[in-house]
Amino acid sequence: MPKQDEIKYTKTHEWIFVEGENATIGISEHAQGEMGDVVFVELPKMDQKLEKEKPCAVVESVKSAFDIYAAASGDVTAINDKLDGDPALINTSSLEDGWMYKIKLSNPDELKDLMDFTAYQEFIKQSA
Amino acid sequence: MSTAQTLNKTALNEIAKKYNGKLVDFHGWQLPIQFEGILKEHTAVRNSVGIFDVSHMGQIFLNGPDAFKLIQKTNTNDFRLATIGKGVYSHITNETAGIVDDIIGFCLALNRYIVIVNATTVEKDYAWLKEKALKMNVEVVNRSSEFSMIALQGPKAIDMMEKFAPEANKLLRFGIIEKKILDKDCFISRTGYTGEDGFEITAPHEIIADIWQQFMELGKPYDIVPCGLGARDTLRLEAGYLLYGQDADDDHTTIEAGCGWAVCFEKGEFTGRSILLKQKEEGLKRRLKGIILEERGVPRPGSKVFKDGKQIGTLTSATYSPTLKKGIGLGYLDMPKLKSGEEVEIELHSKLIKAKITRMPFHKGSASKI
Repeated sequence: MPKQDEIKYTKTHEWIFVEGENATIGISEHAQGEMGDVVFVELPKMDQKLEKEKPCAVVESVKSAFDIYAAASGDVTAINDKLDGDPALINTSSLEDGWMYKIKLSNPDELKDLMDFTAYQEFIKQSA
Repeated sequence: MSTAQTLNKTALNEIAKKYNGKLVDFHGWQLPIQFEGILKEHTAVRNSVGIFDVSHMGQIFLNGPDAFKLIQKTNTNDFRLATIGKGVYSHITNETAGIVDDIIGFCLALNRYIVIVNATTVEKDYAWLKEKALKMNVEVVNRSSEFSMIALQGPKAIDMMEKFAPEANKLLRFGIIEKKILDKDCFISRTGYTGEDGFEITAPHEIIADIWQQFMELGKPYDIVPCGLGARDTLRLEAGYLLYGQDADDDHTTIEAGCGWAVCFEKGEFTGRSILLKQKEEGLKRRLKGIILEERGVPRPGSKVFKDGKQIGTLTSATYSPTLKKGIGLGYLDMPKLKSGEEVEIELHSKLIKAKITRMPFHKGSASKI
């Protein structure tokens, strides 16, 4: 379980936790609240090459469908199969059991533009 | 947002905020889309009880010797069925048999009716009925701005009503009583938009918050939850009820909307009758049909429907069904004779997903057992 200060955020409300050249990605607590009850998640495929900021997954809530954008570029090394049977994990545990996929980073330099928790909270306030 | 100041607020606006309702602009009304979550609210109504603010709905009264004549001539259904204390679901139709509105008209007394109309159509309905009443001896009064409305919905609603107004428990489905609540003239009807048993309480603004609090207290043993427009929409769609403006409008007829059961040809002339009769006898070019997804995915209003590679329609309402745990939808299809069980495809995120035509309603709730 990553600590809050180890997580970075994108402007499209994904979080990313980096360990060396590997990273775990999910959607932020704020974003899950805005989406409402999640009923279906379409994840990227294993080994799929992701390009930063390009759509790579879809989250369907009762209310609407939401595109999820790649938080960083890289190859998918794992996907969270549990979301298949229990998509509500995104609501109940957005930062832990509700993680979406893992990648091997292909361009770690990209991470510089991401926000830390405090900057992300400020970003949410300003876009409200 | 600059439009925020111009939104109509219901008398329950402060209460919605108190319960952390997520407020949205619904056709000019500021109303909660959800409180704790659509799934929780939906399940509460299916299994126990939920409470909704439906104050945006309108109330038009017809008073006078020609009140029956007016309602009978402007509507598809037969208001001879609306004896005193009873209501009828019906469509007000235009000259081309298009649906002006879908309504419930109740007979309160001889020569006195209350018509519950949709929020978005209050002014249109009022103007329409007034015009039709010009040569009749009946007064059409739009009292929508005087009343708030609460819907208490779910199989446990009746247990709560036993303590709130025991006389309302004797009502049959679509029955109505006039009752003094806190010394004000109010109406309680055994109606709703969820498919479950329940009641709708129409009362003046100044006492509606009080009534809401009484229900919240009475509902504690049943884990009552406040519900928003999100759950209202998933519940009504599972029950197969139309949403005016999406599934029904001035350009589609009652027969096309699959509501032939709400048309009475035997009663004599009414607006649009000859067109509806022709459609019934000669068949339709399009008809509202229910579809259920065979694969995973959530259809949305606007999703395209295909049959054998050809587009045959577009969904007008669609969502995830919390009860069936599948995607469901309604749409006008160019192949009106498709039978339930026949396969179609729905386009979602540029992919075709398997679906089947299905019989309405998607889910039969406790309302069908009254």
